[in-house]
Amino acid sequence: MLLKTLITRLLTMIVTLFGVAVVVFTLVRVAPGNPIAMMLPPGASEEDIARLTALYGFDKSLVQQFFIWLGGVVQGDFGTSITLRQPVDQLVLSRLPATLELAAMALVIALLLGGTVAVLGARNRGTGTEVGLDLTSGAVLSIPDFLWGLIFVLIFGVLWPVLAISGRIDPRIEFDFATNFYLIEGLLRGRFDVVGSTLSHMVMPAMSLALPLAAMIAQLLKQNLKGELVQDYATIARVRGFSETTVILREALRNAALPTIALVGVQFTFLIGGTVIVERLFAYEGLGNMAIDAVINRDLPLIQGIVLLFAAIFIMINLIVDLSYTLLNPRLRHG
Amino acid sequence: MAEASTAPRARHGSGLNLRLWLPLSWVTLLVVVAVFARWIAPHDPLAQDLLLERLPPFFMSGSEPGYWLGTDSLGRDVLSRMIYGAQIALFVSVIAASATCVFGSVLGMLAGYYGGWAERIISRLVDIWMAFPPVLFAVLLVAVMGTGLTSVIAAIALIDWTRFARVVRAETLVQTRMDYVDSARIGGARRASTLWTEILPNVLPTIIALLMLEMGIAIIVEAILSFVNLSISTDDPTWGSMIAEGRNAIHFAWWVLLFPLIALFFSVLSFSVLGEGLRQRFDPVLQ
Repeated sequence: MLLKTLITRLLTMIVTLFGVAVVVFTLVRVAPGNPIAMMLPPGASEEDIARLTALYGFDKSLVQQFFIWLGGVVQGDFGTSITLRQPVDQLVLSRLPATLELAAMALVIALLLGGTVAVLGARNRGTGTEVGLDLTSGAVLSIPDFLWGLIFVLIFGVLWPVLAISGRIDPRIEFDFATNFYLIEGLLRGRFDVVGSTLSHMVMPAMSLALPLAAMIAQLLKQNLKGELVQDYATIARVRGFSETTVILREALRNAALPTIALVGVQFTFLIGGTVIVERLFAYEGLGNMAIDAVINRDLPLIQGIVLLFAAIFIMINLIVDLSYTLLNPRLRHG
Repeated sequence: MAEASTAPRARHGSGLNLRLWLPLSWVTLLVVVAVFARWIAPHDPLAQDLLLERLPPFFMSGSEPGYWLGTDSLGRDVLSRMIYGAQIALFVSVIAASATCVFGSVLGMLAGYYGGWAERIISRLVDIWMAFPPVLFAVLLVAVMGTGLTSVIAAIALIDWTRFARVVRAETLVQTRMDYVDSARIGGARRASTLWTEILPNVLPTIIALLMLEMGIAIIVEAILSFVNLSISTDDPTWGSMIAEGRNAIHFAWWVLLFPLIALFFSVLSFSVLGEGLRQRFDPVLQ
């Protein structure tokens, strides 16, 4: 049963990725502007243009180009960036850690913040506190990450300048990174100046991404908690003398968390999608920022590679969420 | 479920009214300002005056009378640009949201009602679309179509239709299985006409609620594209281009960022609260 689901899902995944590849490939090629002309200095000879066009394969038919590219991708060759003149996979992998650290931090913030507010709301259900928390999370939810980012820049970057508003780390810090996971590597090698600087650059973009998701978790988890707290086992726990907070944290939370996971997974892909503009806003050197530059510079192979990677990440997250939901939920496992 | 929707619904206390009137007042204000921009705006939104650059707003020292919210780096009046910006914001939100709504809802209804191949193709398209990071997709589409307001509107419709298609498909599916559809069919209604005359009116409340939410989203997408410098020319007074300009001049003239940000904030919040309110009112599950 599980195996069959897994195979169906994997096949659907491949079809979706193929679809993404077709769409992005077509889009970047109907875009006006000749990438080769942009590479060469003005007054380049006809032969130079023809030579470079042939080098990047732009002289072949679109269908041929597509399958040459796809054939490469299947073997792990994503082509060469036109503007940066490096293999696309190297460029993408060098930026991916920055985006992963940012998204992971945002997710942790969203879970902690949303979880706390949900427990507080469920603990104070039926009171003014619950109404207040509901209204606040409702408002927070409607403001998208881009606006949160701007609000933070204004408050903590200018009016009360305590945090860095652009970049990923203070450029004056001297540290020879072995990987591009600045935060993790700083922690592992005990360089707390690196960790501090990285964090002060990450807090605002991560908070901007986290707030809408936190609000959503707060609302949904609280609803599920309230459903659990009227169940018999909760009453029994209360009768046995456990405090309401203990009942919530020890008993109800585990059951209420499961339906929340399914939602968090889908919303987490939206959060990752949000990194594109948030990274741009904070000049954070991640994948999304590179993607926008690639579009502006008409760097076709780089755009294709980045879009494909994002798509693969989204699809993987959905798959993992579905599978873990099935595995964790006994009703579905034996159903 | 059919009975539930006709049952009298409980009032949610006095909070409900504020949640209706506050956002409605803001939207009305926007409409009035946008319609009468030419008479309200104290200055030409495009007029530059380098002698008056980066004037602070009225509550700070060094402000100049007549420039209530200060000026930007080119000496243009912030208040006048905001007023004309409301025109563009409303135009984009109405046109883009309506286009998105029609496009997505039609596909969603076809998928939900006919099932089979229509459903399979549309659902697969939705999957593919959802695998794109939306902002990157928008930036890419505008790069393909060229900058300008038409491209921005087309990009919004071409990306966000999935939001409508998914919800409307599910809703149509639920409605299609209801008795009244069978009765209409037995009564001799043709299959296609049942969809438009019987099912559409029942799905419409959901569509209208989504449309409200989409109006807020459209304003944000325009602002994002202006920010990335891909919407319309930076001279044009959109809230997004003001924000982009304010972000660049943030250490010299933060008010250029603050005021359009406030306008965006309340607009998005208002459309969202209105949409959410409508959704809860019409959602039989929540009643």
